[in-house]
Amino acid sequence: MSALTVTGFKAGYDPDLPIVKGVSFAVDTGEAIAVLGPNGAGKSTLIKAIAGQVACLGGRVMLGGDDITGLRSHDLARRGLGFVPQTDNIFTGLTIRENLQIASELVAKPQRASRIEQMFEMFPDLKSRPSELAGALSGGQRQMLAAARALLTDPPVLMLDEPSAGLSPKLVAQVFETLRRIHASGVTLILVEQNVRAALSLASRALVLVDGELAHEGPTDDLHDGDRLGRLFLGRRAGATAG
Amino acid sequence: MNPQAIIDGLIAGSTIGLGAIGLTLTYSILRFANFTHGDFLAWGAYLTLTVSGFLGGLLAGLGAGAPLAPFSFGWGLPVALPAGVAVTILLTLGLDRVLFGQLRQRGADAIIIVMASFGASMALRSLLEFIYSSEPQYFTRELQIAQKIGLGMRATPDQLLTIAMTALLVVLLHIVVTRTPTGRAMRAVSENPSLAGVYGVDVDHVIRVTWIIGAGLACVAGVMSGLLVQIRPYMGFDLLLPLFAAAILGGIGSIPGAMIGGLIIGLAEAFTVQLIGAEWRAAVAFVVLVLVLLVRPAGLFGRAA
Repeated sequence: MSALTVTGFKAGYDPDLPIVKGVSFAVDTGEAIAVLGPNGAGKSTLIKAIAGQVACLGGRVMLGGDDITGLRSHDLARRGLGFVPQTDNIFTGLTIRENLQIASELVAKPQRASRIEQMFEMFPDLKSRPSELAGALSGGQRQMLAAARALLTDPPVLMLDEPSAGLSPKLVAQVFETLRRIHASGVTLILVEQNVRAALSLASRALVLVDGELAHEGPTDDLHDGDRLGRLFLGRRAGATAG
Repeated sequence: MNPQAIIDGLIAGSTIGLGAIGLTLTYSILRFANFTHGDFLAWGAYLTLTVSGFLGGLLAGLGAGAPLAPFSFGWGLPVALPAGVAVTILLTLGLDRVLFGQLRQRGADAIIIVMASFGASMALRSLLEFIYSSEPQYFTRELQIAQKIGLGMRATPDQLLTIAMTALLVVLLHIVVTRTPTGRAMRAVSENPSLAGVYGVDVDHVIRVTWIIGAGLACVAGVMSGLLVQIRPYMGFDLLLPLFAAAILGGIGSIPGAMIGGLIIGLAEAFTVQLIGAEWRAAVAFVVLVLVLLVRPAGLFGRAA
């Protein structure tokens, strides 16, 4: 069964100028997919709109069997759609524990404290200083806290917008190792990423978005060939010939 | 220098601080300078006065209308205060529903919402004048003699009560904001409303809570001001500049900051009256506001943008 099904989805900031122009895809339960494409292709807008952060201008989104089209972000979070924005994805003026406590409000009361402790076990870097302001964390640690916050509610589907953005190669490897563990625990992952190599190492399937449209969809094995990916990024659909 | 200025400043600062807390909360969470806040103070005082007058008549009929020693007011006022708070809250929620909420939904710029609040402020004030007239009114006409409280200072029991009530409310509110899920959600929305939604926080609910707290404190501040001085339709408008000065001095979004800012403004006013002259009192808040904006725009406890 599909964990998330997106049909004819349009999104953007101006109803007359949609950035995402009728995209359809489905993600199976437990699958990890990468959403790739050149700058300005509409990748981030796509998952922001699914997450209720950008206006949905048409189409339909199903989470499992529920129609979640156009729902607001807090409703989506309550229904189990996790989202980690690219930047400003933690509250820097709150402590690490308070960041997790806010997210824990979506969990049944008796389990809140234990879920927070589980996140501290999963991300030991955060455990040593729970009362420190989140603003004091390094870039990689911030991504860890953002991931911990999203995972705390045990969402069936987790979407991440460029988790490697602005991180050093060492931290990128660390973040993707964490994502691999998260995926191994059964969470369905949708990953928007500019770091193609890292994304392909994690995902089993990829969507390539060009100019707001789906230019390619298939196993990531097909995309390890740099030339093929380059052609797709330049806007030539799979199978099309130059001319 | 007469130490009486200290207690005078603390008394005035209590009202200013309490009003500034509501202002700083709405400013940090709703992201606009709410000019109607001063009028909520006045409406709170008038609404409480109305209920208090009604209850006072009933209690007098039952032989329980005498002042509650050592204070100047009877049972009517403390019983009416929760009702006044409740109606002030309904007024603010109603105004948010018909005006500010509509503008938010349409994605209006902050300046549009500020101008709307300015217009609503004038309308609310005129409505008060229309309903109650511009004649000053009083919660009580009992005379109180200021008593010695040590260190060469004097204060009436009513004045000491307002200081104690302010301290209690500030401590309670500080606990709510720092220790409860609602408070954490408020701080989260204040920092990043979009991210708060991603965390599962219902931003509209937080906005309602903010109005409720702001209106409740405004009503109490209005009643305190009315009890110690008098009730006039312009009482809130006249306090607006000190309220903004206190909120900005303390740092937008900081509850202790707004309270300390209020006390500093109150003390500065009292010392100005004593050292320079009463005619300069109104200028104090303006001078403080300009100095803070020039020297330290983030205020004493605010975070730099």
